[in-house]
Amino acid sequence: MATVTNPSTVSAGSLTAKALREATFTAVMTFFMFVLFIGLKTDQNMRNELILVPRWGLLATFVAIAFFGRFAMVAWLQPWRAASKAAKDAAPADTSDAGFVKRNFSKLAILALVLYPPIILWLFGAQGSLKYIDNFGIQILIYVMLAWGLNIVVGLAGLLDLGYVAFYAVGAYSYALLSINFGFSFWILLPLAGILSAFWGIILGFPVLRLKGDYLAIVTLAFGEIIRLVLINWQDVTQGTFGISGIPKITLFGIPFDASPHGFAKIFHLPMSSAYYKVFLFYLILLLCLLTAFVTIRLRRLPIGRAWEALREDEIACRSLGINTVTTKLTAFAIGAMFGGFAGSFFAARQGFVSPESFVFLESAVILSIVVLGGMGSLTGIAIAAIAMVGGTELLREMDFLKAVFGPDFTPELYRMLIFGLAMIIMMLVRPRGFVGSREPTAFLFERKSVSGSFTKEGHG
Amino acid sequence: MSAVANTMTNDAILKVEHLSMRFGGLMAINDLSFEVRRGEITALIGPNGAGKTTVFNCITGFYKPTMGMISMQQKSGKSYYLERMADFEVTRDAKVARTFQNIRLFSGLTLLENLLVAQHNALMKASGYTVLGLLGFKSYKDASKEAVEKARYWLEKASLIDRADDPAGDLPYGAQRRLEIARAMCTGPELLCLDEPAAGLNPRESQELNKLLRSIRADNGTSLLLIEHDMSVVMEISDHVVVLEYGQKISDGDPAHVKNDPRVIAAYLGVDDDEVETVRHEVEEGAH
Repeated sequence: MATVTNPSTVSAGSLTAKALREATFTAVMTFFMFVLFIGLKTDQNMRNELILVPRWGLLATFVAIAFFGRFAMVAWLQPWRAASKAAKDAAPADTSDAGFVKRNFSKLAILALVLYPPIILWLFGAQGSLKYIDNFGIQILIYVMLAWGLNIVVGLAGLLDLGYVAFYAVGAYSYALLSINFGFSFWILLPLAGILSAFWGIILGFPVLRLKGDYLAIVTLAFGEIIRLVLINWQDVTQGTFGISGIPKITLFGIPFDASPHGFAKIFHLPMSSAYYKVFLFYLILLLCLLTAFVTIRLRRLPIGRAWEALREDEIACRSLGINTVTTKLTAFAIGAMFGGFAGSFFAARQGFVSPESFVFLESAVILSIVVLGGMGSLTGIAIAAIAMVGGTELLREMDFLKAVFGPDFTPELYRMLIFGLAMIIMMLVRPRGFVGSREPTAFLFERKSVSGSFTKEGHG
Repeated sequence: MSAVANTMTNDAILKVEHLSMRFGGLMAINDLSFEVRRGEITALIGPNGAGKTTVFNCITGFYKPTMGMISMQQKSGKSYYLERMADFEVTRDAKVARTFQNIRLFSGLTLLENLLVAQHNALMKASGYTVLGLLGFKSYKDASKEAVEKARYWLEKASLIDRADDPAGDLPYGAQRRLEIARAMCTGPELLCLDEPAAGLNPRESQELNKLLRSIRADNGTSLLLIEHDMSVVMEISDHVVVLEYGQKISDGDPAHVKNDPRVIAAYLGVDDDEVETVRHEVEEGAH
């Protein structure tokens, strides 16, 4: 009878007992899992003998974290989440219109990006702003552009491409080699790099047209490696692992950013500073990003874009409707590669130096995880994911205070991949479709309703 | 029915001649010949495994037949040999559209988008193969408005207009069938091939389907070829029935004729061993 008369205290008591039980179990599991990894460390002593260094304290910390983590999860977090979900269900559905910020999100975001450099310059001065404009601004925008380019191939057409960085490399080396050897300017080479990358996109596209899913992924991965290995080994042209340095800077319609009398600073009677060039680069990559977004949005409303999305949903149905899937896939590869090429040539111009080191598989993986994390097909989601992943990496470099906690040898950026992995796992558990999982229809008859992610498919390759 | 009689002429729109399809050691279709006449609804029936869907896949270019000829005669007088064409060309150039036994919709696209994808080739031309459309030329905007109107027409006809902006995957089964037919019609076909359109439909949905198919023939002048198991549908709407068994044609004629053909009855119901002689006798009589 007691259980009936006083349910709350009894359930609280049994909850604590349950949490304790589960926490103990987790702690024991953790102990056995980590006893050999963490508890014992192999090392060499003075006579070069292999010895075991016990680290019981560290092991105890791990076990304690697991114990308390599980306890908190079961005793507090789960009931709290259940309660908040129940409260949400009980509350009447929110029928009010989306707020002003939500409706005009993209316009506000562009405005914020346009105002970003002057505000940073005003806050930190010409020298202090370099880090924020270059490391955060330009770096993130390059990845936004790359991810938006890859989004055409993976998010819209549903073709899993693990070698996207190859097109980035083609663009970068096109600019580097042609500008050094022939002295062409950036403004000629930017479209040319895009065309060359698109050409390589078609070259890759042809042999892989018949492949799907895992097989396609493996071949594209191999393609990425081939391009990198050619860059390393074709030493006469690319100078191998030494890379190409001294790549000319971009000029503003012929006005160089240097200390010469014809330089930007002299012409506009400004004090000499390297910040102008960075600000210029920031606006340039912003423009390139906006171009990518504009083209992607337009293409989605054109028959070719609809055919890409239809291809992702069902290839056989596409063919039964008279759509030539060969050319449809090739255009997806070519246009995705073209934006990779644009980003590559910008990258080469910004760095002034390119080497095969910059185009390893890890880059492809990062770009792909940005697309997946953001929600395949969604430009907004991808931009947010790029900020989170690339900005997060840059933030890690800033966290010097962690050295005080973990000791002077601790370099936070080495833990980048660990944190990426954790973030991906958490995201896939919480929001398996990415930040923005729903799909905006490209046309509507009566009212625009976004399509829930549960209906859209990821494509079969 | 007078409207139907007007569109009905006796020339063949599709001629299948000596069609054979072999999968390794299995002869799925063996020397099959039949005709689909313009303006008629032709049904292809037969027991499970008779090779009906294989015939469909040969006609629509998804399989390359081992032997035989499939010719399509368009209203304009142009003719095409379908066995030589790729699957997408059969729809694009020869104007033969098809649906699938297991519905293949673009489930993440809305109903309207599904019908717009079906008008890909026309819109592609209007958008100057993407270039003019990308630059925002007016010709594409006009074409795109027209395409939406065409989609609206078919949504209304398939009584799906209320759900135009919902994802196709959200529709109930019967509505998905109708949407697939509407989508195939948006490609502007002269011959529409339906693979078991009534499978899994309840009687009311079946009736709606019959109505839709009849109006497609009457209003749009499209000839129909359908595979069907549901005899009520076959007998009610088809003008001409072809019966297959083990890849061979065993009967061909109007529904009443086919219904009473002893070979068809034997194929569908099966006969005991001791009755084989009597059936053979009947069959031979029927043949004379």
